[in-house]
Amino acid sequence: MQAFLHQVLSGFATGGIYASIALALVMIYQTTHHVNFAQGEMATFSTYMAWKMINLGFSYWLAFLLTLVFAFVLGGAIERLIVRPFYKAPVLSVVAVFIGLLLIINSLSGALFTFTIKPFPSPFPSDAWYGSRYLSSHEVGMIFVTFAVLAVVFVFFRFTPLGLAMRAVAENPVSSRLVGIRVGWMLALGWGLAGLIGAVAGTMTAPVVYLDPNMMFGILLYGFAGALLGGVDNAWGAVIGGFIVGVLQNLAGAYVVGTELMVTVALGIIIGILVIKPSGLFGRTIVTRV
Amino acid sequence: MATLDTPRPAAVALLAGLSLGRWKLIGLAAVLAAACALPFVVSSYQLLLATQVLVYAIALLGLNILTGYNGQFSLGHGAFYAIGAYTTAILLDKTGIPYWVTIPLAGALCLVAGFLFGLPALRLEGHYLALATFALAIATPQLLKYKHFDYLTGGVQGIVITAPDAPSGLPLRSDQWFYFFCLAWTLPLFVVGWNLLRGRTGRALLAIRDHPMAAATMGIDTALYKSLTFGVSAMYTGIAGALGALLAQFVSPDSFDFFLSVRFLVGIVVGGLASMTGAFFGAIFIEFVPNIAEEISKAVPQAIYGAMLIIFIYFMPTGVAGLLRLLGARLRRLASPAAGRSHLPPAR
Amino acid sequence: MSAILETFGLSAAYGPTQVLQSIDLAVEQGGIVTLLGANGAGKTTTLRAVCNMMVRLGGEIRFDGERIDGKATEDIVRLGIGHVPEGRGTFVSLSVEENLRLGAYTRRDKLVARDFERVYGYFPRLQERRNQQAGTLSGGEQQMLAISRALMLRPKLLLLDEPSFGLAPLVVQEIFRILRAINEQDGVSMLLVEQNANIALALAHRAYLLETGRIIMHGPSAAIGADETVRRAYLGY
Repeated sequence: MQAFLHQVLSGFATGGIYASIALALVMIYQTTHHVNFAQGEMATFSTYMAWKMINLGFSYWLAFLLTLVFAFVLGGAIERLIVRPFYKAPVLSVVAVFIGLLLIINSLSGALFTFTIKPFPSPFPSDAWYGSRYLSSHEVGMIFVTFAVLAVVFVFFRFTPLGLAMRAVAENPVSSRLVGIRVGWMLALGWGLAGLIGAVAGTMTAPVVYLDPNMMFGILLYGFAGALLGGVDNAWGAVIGGFIVGVLQNLAGAYVVGTELMVTVALGIIIGILVIKPSGLFGRTIVTRV
Repeated sequence: MATLDTPRPAAVALLAGLSLGRWKLIGLAAVLAAACALPFVVSSYQLLLATQVLVYAIALLGLNILTGYNGQFSLGHGAFYAIGAYTTAILLDKTGIPYWVTIPLAGALCLVAGFLFGLPALRLEGHYLALATFALAIATPQLLKYKHFDYLTGGVQGIVITAPDAPSGLPLRSDQWFYFFCLAWTLPLFVVGWNLLRGRTGRALLAIRDHPMAAATMGIDTALYKSLTFGVSAMYTGIAGALGALLAQFVSPDSFDFFLSVRFLVGIVVGGLASMTGAFFGAIFIEFVPNIAEEISKAVPQAIYGAMLIIFIYFMPTGVAGLLRLLGARLRRLASPAAGRSHLPPAR
Repeated sequence: MSAILETFGLSAAYGPTQVLQSIDLAVEQGGIVTLLGANGAGKTTTLRAVCNMMVRLGGEIRFDGERIDGKATEDIVRLGIGHVPEGRGTFVSLSVEENLRLGAYTRRDKLVARDFERVYGYFPRLQERRNQQAGTLSGGEQQMLAISRALMLRPKLLLLDEPSFGLAPLVVQEIFRILRAINEQDGVSMLLVEQNANIALALAHRAYLLETGRIIMHGPSAAIGADETVRRAYLGY
């Protein structure tokens, strides 16, 4: 029983990471109807920035903060400079561009920081008071940080004018222009926020899985599975989906298939959702039936 | 600018006198002759590269059938390449089946696998389908390394196979023989693909791509066609994989990772979507670029692929094949202005 | 009386399809002008052209003396033009109050609260439903919401695209009564596109008649309404 609880709670902790990535994916999807394939790579690259700063002697939390700023700016810059010209392009073109972005950032990480795996520090000391048999102190920290990020995002969207403007753009860009919202900047802002959330996910994940350029590949997939599970047009559904995927994955890994097939579990979840209920648990239908 | 009255040089008149169809036939014959002569004029290593180009071309044609003609998407065709490759490798390793039988078996298996994957996956459109196939691509190496399948797949170490010898009586080296073997697969596959896309089935495919709703109301069973198309496209890539395994004489899980699927995507974007000749250009690109680029750094080929994807989509969305078509049209207009004029839109 | 909006040789196209040929019209300060015509004449296109939405423009548009053709939609709006589009364009998943707050998005002054009161004063039904999701409102209420959202901008000019569309006659009368009040009390100029020529001519001071992208007639509403051809073609008698 103890082991089971540990698996569930541990899954909940990693689920927080997936929930964050799912949220970032959904945010960009809602405003632009594009899936950001490069989300994982942006997060990895930002995490490398953090690693570099820590190596240069910065304190962890200072490096963390600066990394968030960097990720925000990076996200916005990518949107304005690379993604913007392709908005009206057909789906294949857009996906190809995103994959191109994925490749470029991935190879940039490899070129600048080499492909050797690096350890990444956790700000939560392993002997902290909040660690236990059920959850390591880092896992507790992960859950706390994830919830903090989600809370900030919630408050932002619900209670600030800027958040309201972004929700408006996500729903109806034409009407948004008619009330004077500069839609272009809102899109860049959305990407910046998504990049920021990704950076948080990256820095929280790296201590566990170690830092290497391909670190976020699987996680991107789990994030997508979570978003799909919750309903890809529903931000909070995506978050819940992410947590569920985390727990399911851990349980499947511990009791069913063993830890080597984790990504296949994600694939299984994705196919399963598509077959049973494509709109996810909470979403509207995304499937076009002919 | 030449008009009908201006006397033109005799050579130009001769060239212009030939219809487009004739031109294409001449070109095709020339290319075929060159292809057959190739194994006797190049080194063994170069022949290896050329054979790999053929193999990639088949794989790209498969992906083109899906993406270009049918508007569907796959970032996961590396998986089918892997299935084809492993089918051949396992059959050769564990059974006495001759190598040339394993090829159609690999194709058949991939046809079924593609169809089965397509059934649920094709409920998605655009980005979602891309993501589902992305998942397939990432899961593939993991599945191949799964320790419970080790007895079949050879696990992380993979399987080694021996290259087929030329049949006795033919004065060919084994690599020359294998080149012709691959060529013998490439040509009919291209012809079949061509017919497929020009005939009734092809028109249905194009209809589905451009107007899915209308196609359905005309009685074209969209879901069935889509899944079948996926199956056929997987079959092509599976056959390519099987040939590729024989060429490399080795299969291992990490050679079939996500980046393989990415290479295929780059191939069709650079070569030209929905274009048969594009498959060849794309294959040449993805075969030779990493060889050159890797000398600089391991990271460079990926960066080049990424940059090429973005650059081509922006500046040359129809790829190299499209560019050549454009040039061809320009040349035609130059050679026979009267014929060219009919292509221009009516004056306002 | 100077013009708040003027167009000189305005032409507009969607892609290769030319819709407006060469339009010269003017709306005077504090006036209400209506644009009449059959379906496809180019009425909606004219409003879109003023806001540079979805069309390719030619010619000149001046707002309050300044040229606005070629500017981005959101910048034109910020100059003081409120556009109530065809189909209302409400943010259906947001609440009534959030819709109104978005109308005031670009405002930097402190008078926004007062404008909420003003708008609720015109349309008390909106106040009752302030926290309701906009998509659950009736057609008439959504039209009121769309107009109110435009008013929250404190516009000098209001562009209205078929406000009577799909609404019951009583609701239409109420809305048009309030439009007149807004014009008289707050001095908001209006350019009104309408299919319902009767009610449009009753509200407007002047009218333009648009046919396949050209203005074929214009003048004071009374004169237009009395014209024989107009009466037979557009007024039904």
